[in-house]
Amino acid sequence: MTSSDAHRVIDAVWRIESAKVIARAARIVGDVGVAEELAQDALVAALEQWPESGVPDNPGAWLTATAKHRAIDRLRRNKLFERKQEQLGQELRAQEHAAVPDLDAVIDDDVGDDLLRLMFVSCHPVLSPEARLALTLRLLGGLTTEEIARAFLVPEPTVAQRIVRAKRTLAEARVPFEVPSAADRADRLSSVLDVLYLIFNEGYSPTAGEDWVRPVLCEEALRLGRILAELAPKDPEVHGLVALMEIHASRLRARVGPSGEPILLLEQNRARWDHVLIRRGLAALERAEALGKAHGPYGLQAAIAACHARATSAQATDWARMAALYDALAELAPSPVVELNRAVALSMAFGPAAGLEVVDQLVSEPTLKSYHLLPSVRGDLLAKLGRREEARAEFERAASLTRNRRERTLLLERAAACRATSSEPTGTRG
Amino acid sequence: MRFMLMVRANSESESGVLPSAELIAEMGTYAEEMMKAGVLLAAEGLQASSKGARVKFSGGKRTVTDGPFAEAKELIAGYWLIQVKSKEEAIEWARRSPAPFGPDTEGEIEVRQVFEVTDFPPEIFPPEDAAREQELRDELQARAGNP
Repeated sequence: MTSSDAHRVIDAVWRIESAKVIARAARIVGDVGVAEELAQDALVAALEQWPESGVPDNPGAWLTATAKHRAIDRLRRNKLFERKQEQLGQELRAQEHAAVPDLDAVIDDDVGDDLLRLMFVSCHPVLSPEARLALTLRLLGGLTTEEIARAFLVPEPTVAQRIVRAKRTLAEARVPFEVPSAADRADRLSSVLDVLYLIFNEGYSPTAGEDWVRPVLCEEALRLGRILAELAPKDPEVHGLVALMEIHASRLRARVGPSGEPILLLEQNRARWDHVLIRRGLAALERAEALGKAHGPYGLQAAIAACHARATSAQATDWARMAALYDALAELAPSPVVELNRAVALSMAFGPAAGLEVVDQLVSEPTLKSYHLLPSVRGDLLAKLGRREEARAEFERAASLTRNRRERTLLLERAAACRATSSEPTGTRG
Repeated sequence: MRFMLMVRANSESESGVLPSAELIAEMGTYAEEMMKAGVLLAAEGLQASSKGARVKFSGGKRTVTDGPFAEAKELIAGYWLIQVKSKEEAIEWARRSPAPFGPDTEGEIEVRQVFEVTDFPPEIFPPEDAAREQELRDELQARAGNP
C-alpha cells in the first residue's frame, strides 16, 4: 500500500470513527477539549504507523484503544503530579485505585452512551448558539475548521476562536461529561435538536451568501440526526426532527432550477423529489407516532411536511389537514413565523382572503419587521386577489429585505410579473 | 454523495438456498452499524434470478426472457444504499461487510457511485421541467382566480 493510499483510507476511517474516539477519550478525561487532542494524537499515530504496517483489521478499535491509552497515561501523569504536590494521602490513593479499573472497563461498554454524552455536552446551554453549532460539527461531524468556515461563510480564524472558546467555557464551567438527569433531559435534548435543526436550516435556506442551498450542511445534520435517533430511540421528538429533515431534504434537488434559480415548493416537479428520503421521513414520523405521545413542535412540523410529501400534486395537498396542524403548532409553539405559515395553509384551504386576514394582523409585528417572507407571502395573497399594485410593492419590499441574492432575483421577477399582468390580465405567471 | 454497495450473486444464491442464520445475524449487525453511523439509506436482498425476468430492447422491439440466467457472477444478489462523504468512505464500509456468502465462500461487493442531479449538465433538464413548472403555475393561477 502506498503512503497516499494509506492516507486516503485513514481519512475515510477518521470520518467514520472520530466522534467515537473523541467520545471515548472524553469519558476518561472528562474534558472534550483534551479528548479531541488525544484523538488527534491517535490519528497522528495512525498516519505514522499504518503506511508501514498496513491498516489494522479493526481500525476503529485501534484508534480508540490508542486514544484511550494516552488518556489513561495522561490521567496517571496528572495523578502523579498531584501526588507530588499534595503528598498524597490515603484518601487520594483510594480514589485512584477506584478510578483506574473503571477506566479499563470503559472500552467494553457501549460507545453509543459516550456519543450521546458528547452530543449533550457539545450542545450545552452554557455555550452560545454559534459555539454549539461549531463544536457539534467539529466533534461529532468531524468537519475541519476550514469546512465549517466555508459552510457558514465566516472567516476560518473566527470558527477556530469559537471552538477554542467553547472548549474553554465547558472546562471552566466544569460541565460534566454525562447525559443529563431526568429532570433536565427534555430541555437539554431540545437544545441538541435545535442545534441539529439550525445546522440543517443553514444548509436548506442559507441566511446569507449566493447559494440557494448548501447540501453539505443538510447532509451533516441529517447524519447526526439519524445517529441520535439510534442513541435515543424512545424520544418521539428526535424521530420528529429526523422525519422533518428527511422530508425537507427530499426536495433539495427539486428546489433549484437548471441555472441555480430557486423553485418554490408548490412549483416543484414532484417526480424529482427524492422518494428514498420521503419514505425514510414518513417511517421516522411513524416511529414518533408509535411512541404514543402527542407530537412536539418537530413532530408537528414533520406531519406538516408529510402532507406535502404524500400529495402527488400541489392540487392534491390536504390543505385543511395542514391548516389544522398549523393550528396545533400555533398553540404549542406560538410564533409570528408559525402564524405566517398558518396563514398560507389557510389561504390554500379556504382561499387567499382567509390567509390575508391572518397576515394583515402580522404586519405590525415587530419581530417580523425585517423578515422578507412576510411581504413575500402578503404579496402572493394580494396577487391572487388581483390587487396587483399592492402585491408588486410587497414583492419589492421583500426583495429589499432578503440577504440571499437568488431569492432577491426571484422576488423581483414576481414584482415585475405583477406590473406586466396588471396591463395584461390573461398572464399566467403567479 | 451516495454509493450503492452491490453484492454479486454466486451459484449458491442463484440456487435459491437461504443464507445461514449466522450469516443473517452478521449481516444484521453490519446493517445496524451503518444505521448507527447515520449512513444507511436503504438495503435489500434479491431473490434468485429464476424468480425474475429480463426485458431486452433491440431494434425497437421488446423481448421478455424469464430467468434463471447463466453467469451468476454478473448478477446482483443484494445492495446497500449509503450516503457518505467520499469514495474511500464507501469502500471502507464495503470492507467492513461480513463475507457475503460466509468466510469459506468467495464473494464480491461492487462499490458504485449514484448519479446526483448536479452530475448532469443543466441543458439535460430544462425543457420537460420548464413545461411542467409552467403547467403547475397555470394550475395555481387558475386556483387563485377561482378558489
